[in-house]
Amino acid sequence: MATDTFFSIPEPSAAGRVTITFEGEPLSVPAGISVAAALLAGGVKTFRSSVVGGGPRAPYCMMGVCFECLVEIDGVPARQSCLIPVREGMAIRRQIGAVELQFGAGEEA
Amino acid sequence: MNGDVTDLVVIGAGPAGLAAACEARALGLSVILLDEQTTIGGQIYRNIEAAPPDRREILGEDYAAGEKLAAEFRESGTDYRGGTSVWNVTTDGTVDYVAGHSATVTGRCVLMASGAMERPFPIKGWTLPGAMGAGAAQILLKGAGAMPSGPVVLAGCGPLLYLLAWQYLRAGAEIGAVVDTTDVAGYVRALPHAFGAIMGWRDLSKGLKLLATLKRSGVPVYSGASTLAIEGETAVEALTFKHRGKPVRLSASLVLLHQGVVPNTQLSLSTGLEHHWNSAQLCWQPVTDEWGRMGDSALYVAGDSRGIVGALASAAQGRLAALSIAKQLGAAADIAQRGTELKRQLAGHTRIRPFLDALYRPLTEHRVPPRDDVTVCRCEEVTAGQIRSYVDLGCLGPNQTKTFGRCGMGPCQGRFCGLTVTELIAEARGVDPEEVGHYRVRPPIKPVLLGDFVD
Repeated sequence: MATDTFFSIPEPSAAGRVTITFEGEPLSVPAGISVAAALLAGGVKTFRSSVVGGGPRAPYCMMGVCFECLVEIDGVPARQSCLIPVREGMAIRRQIGAVELQFGAGEEA
Repeated sequence: MNGDVTDLVVIGAGPAGLAAACEARALGLSVILLDEQTTIGGQIYRNIEAAPPDRREILGEDYAAGEKLAAEFRESGTDYRGGTSVWNVTTDGTVDYVAGHSATVTGRCVLMASGAMERPFPIKGWTLPGAMGAGAAQILLKGAGAMPSGPVVLAGCGPLLYLLAWQYLRAGAEIGAVVDTTDVAGYVRALPHAFGAIMGWRDLSKGLKLLATLKRSGVPVYSGASTLAIEGETAVEALTFKHRGKPVRLSASLVLLHQGVVPNTQLSLSTGLEHHWNSAQLCWQPVTDEWGRMGDSALYVAGDSRGIVGALASAAQGRLAALSIAKQLGAAADIAQRGTELKRQLAGHTRIRPFLDALYRPLTEHRVPPRDDVTVCRCEEVTAGQIRSYVDLGCLGPNQTKTFGRCGMGPCQGRFCGLTVTELIAEARGVDPEEVGHYRVRPPIKPVLLGDFVD
């Protein structure tokens, strides 16, 4: 059975909600959870594409070990989305393949 | 903040790290605790301070037990610095980390308590979205209250897999099937350790209760399954395996894999100090004295990162390390009495371990992929067949695979493929993993931004 999301968050959001964007699309998510959890519950299935074969990838370990959950957050590439909590207005993009060096970009948020 | 000097730097806010900090503070030491997460508890007690009551109820009393330790830690007067990534530790106690900026702290002693990680489960299709660790799914439950949206398949073996099934049943999640890879040989292997398991009856009865709940639930359980593989084009579509000699295919969009946890040794390996191969737990572990000290360095290790022992034993090890550190620093003269008490606790909590290690020893075929097309290094996409071809060309160990094909050189720095690569080469060469060795791990052990070093 195919479902729209791998995970859902049935609990009410005790700590309130924040709005983030993924590839420009807004997502309303519970405050205080990790970016990876928010994206998974928001229906994102592919977080990045692999650097050699370009295959679809998504979080595997959720604890900072596997680096499968890498995404671009607020212009900074290769962030571990399982370790970073969501923040209002956060702009997230898929990471496609290997990261290119970008001079002048990547200002720390 | 730069250049702080303290008696003890603890790395990791799981049971070992928290308990060590509490004990050290009680003995009058100054303590700085660094942890990568923004909440305390490690993975086992993840989100323990903020998880709502319903979620705690689902997770069970072993999880809720973390609350007491968290409260003790908050009262301890430890200088807690969460959301910090340690990228370098030296044998004389210098610790470099980043937290949006770079900083250095120096401990007269340093305790590394970086915990466990799930053992890799290298099978065909395990890189597809929808295949993830059961431990990862449990982290989603603890941290976000997230549950599988559709019927989920749990596959593999080990206490955590059955615990997650039990937690999902309590939470009302739909489990499509549990595919259990524990083999008959496992029971035979475990038999000589049964006495220890009975002596650790509390742990044993907990485990049996989980299995009984699963049995009563009516969830299909495929026992003694083997030859697991995942099918799918852009995401998981099915899990296939052999059961009682016949091929089985279960449709699923989410497959949670698990075959035990192993020490997360990246930090201790990066110090260059000695590690050895644990042939019972099939993993590397740092060589320490009975208190957890590595050689004559300023470094100690406690908890699962020193060898898998579980949460309660980890806490006892953390406290034992703190005692020894206090003695070494001259803050405690007589540690014999407290030490004896803690060692007694530790022995009690680890009695069942040899039984579990023997029973849930993962199948060789799920650790050393017989299929050539299985991805081993997920970052650089190096397959089992490629690694075997390197061995044919004379590759002797993990470090040489880097030159042959960038194996272990991606962002995870070999964390996730290291054990597989060692065992694969050992099998291909027909020698012991100890002889094959491990990746040489060098700092920075976490990705750091150059911007973190600019004011």
